[in-house]
Amino acid sequence: MSERTKTAPAPLDEVPLRRKGPSPLKKAGNYLVMIVITLVFVAPILYMVIGSFKPSDKVLNGLAGFIPEDMSLNNYTGVFARFNSPATGYFYNFYLTSLIVSVVVVVGGLVVNSMAAYALARLRWRGRNGVLLAVILLVIVPFEAITVPLFYLLNDYRNTYYVQFTPFIAQAFSVYLFYTFFVGLPKQLEEAARIDGAGPWRTFFYIVVPMSKPVFASVTILTFLSSWGAFLWPVMMVDQPQFRPLPLEISVFLGQPPTDWGQIFAFGVMLVLPLLVVFLIFQRWFIQSVASSGLKG
Amino acid sequence: MSTVTVPPSSEPVLDEPPATKRRDTRAALIMVSPAVLLLLAFVVVPFIAAGWLSLHNVRLNSGRPATWFGLEHYTRLLTDPEFYRALFNNFIFALIVVPVQTGLALGLAMLLNRPLRGMAVFRTMFFMPVVFPMALVAVIWKLIYSRDTLGILNAFLDAISFGHLGPYDWLGNPATATLAIIILSIWQGVGFQMIILLAGLQGISPTLYEAASIDKANAWQQFRNVTLPGMRNTLIFVVLVTTIFSFRLFDQVWILTQGGPDNATTTVMFQAVTAAFTENNVGRGAAITVIFFIIVLLITLIQRRLLREDREVS
Repeated sequence: MSERTKTAPAPLDEVPLRRKGPSPLKKAGNYLVMIVITLVFVAPILYMVIGSFKPSDKVLNGLAGFIPEDMSLNNYTGVFARFNSPATGYFYNFYLTSLIVSVVVVVGGLVVNSMAAYALARLRWRGRNGVLLAVILLVIVPFEAITVPLFYLLNDYRNTYYVQFTPFIAQAFSVYLFYTFFVGLPKQLEEAARIDGAGPWRTFFYIVVPMSKPVFASVTILTFLSSWGAFLWPVMMVDQPQFRPLPLEISVFLGQPPTDWGQIFAFGVMLVLPLLVVFLIFQRWFIQSVASSGLKG
Repeated sequence: MSTVTVPPSSEPVLDEPPATKRRDTRAALIMVSPAVLLLLAFVVVPFIAAGWLSLHNVRLNSGRPATWFGLEHYTRLLTDPEFYRALFNNFIFALIVVPVQTGLALGLAMLLNRPLRGMAVFRTMFFMPVVFPMALVAVIWKLIYSRDTLGILNAFLDAISFGHLGPYDWLGNPATATLAIIILSIWQGVGFQMIILLAGLQGISPTLYEAASIDKANAWQQFRNVTLPGMRNTLIFVVLVTTIFSFRLFDQVWILTQGGPDNATTTVMFQAVTAAFTENNVGRGAAITVIFFIIVLLITLIQRRLLREDREVS
């Protein structure tokens, strides 16, 4: 295991091939099982996507909910029309909030956490071991354990963008992921750079960062997933529509009768679309980042 | 997120002259300070504040200062049947989700770890729900769980049982509400565990399986004697993360049931938020999160112990 943490995890596709393949019948059985399981995972998603294009009264309709009928974009235009005043918030508000929060948390987090990890992994300074130990201990503290005091301390900053991103930029877990990666990097290039007179900053930005794409990708993806889906914190800190992120707004939307399922699903599709697009383009990275989050111990 | 084993930080690159050392120290301090300051402000300070708040009677926007309350919040919590109900619900949730989700994830990982064409596509499909934020998952499943035969789950059960099963009020009935929350949580989360376990499976040397088949070990014996021991640490990690996750349960409950019906789905975090946010009883909410943290810490310590034993053995 410790070997694996030092380098990027091996690509998961490389399943060792055995020489004798299974019989055709067994193979067909295998595929049947895989397809049934796939249906379990995909059916709810399909249901949402199909429903988002159907008239609302045909969404909640038993198994016929899966049948694409009378498809149109009415639900999507309906969502834009519904959220079109300061009282309801404008649809772009929710998107903008999620976007601002995610971008700041991801980009800020990459810079802040990777720098700290580099100083801990490669530079010698007094207090290094103490800071390292403190970071490791903080990994144990889940955000839920500090929500209530944070809610109390930041009460004056409710309904802002920055209260939604500032607490999440520095993450002990991200520092830890960067740290284990940097410690495992071969030192020769850095040594050569230092002999050539490069200081710690140049060495970090020009030698270490370019070698560390896998860990930057992992942290980006894990952070993006959690910041785009943030829910608990916005529930406590945001009540003005203008500053609601998408997941909070869809829960508010769900609670407002009469429930328009077509529009709710259209909202849901738009909510998840950036995540799905990024996932389908970078899925190899996604899967490796999840795998690497478990490769320790 | 806390199986942390720390590789020793590497020794400095060269025997530097004092000037270099000074430069390194200065750079290091500038590099760590943003993270350290942010962690201090947004993790350490609130963490300490939680302890302080839990010993006081605090209300926001009341104009009155916090008053000393001693251990009263804790004694009230530990004599409150509703709080025990929340602990019990989290415990039941963990008791079901941890083995079921881990077992399913291991099964899926083993299915994917076979030399068949198209496994990458199936892996993508199984993993897809992980990308979905829990709030959206809850919204989708709210509709799936609709109580009449118009709900998909009821319609499906009706179809396969020729009208003998259902319709059930999944989220409205105390007997099924927890199960309903469990199912959607597993649906969303199992792909994550599956990927971690798949990486673990692929870390087991194929020569071990070859040796086992030379010894005429059957599939079960291979699983029992090669796969499980090889996956021990990965499994411990997955079990730990899932157990802690079970105690963090909040989003689904907030959106789907608000803890009801009859507290059937109330959870520790749901009560923390309700106390602090809905009832403006910040001290009580803080006391709940302190108890929550102690539970998480205990789970982590148990897990660390298990890992250490493993090292001693091997």
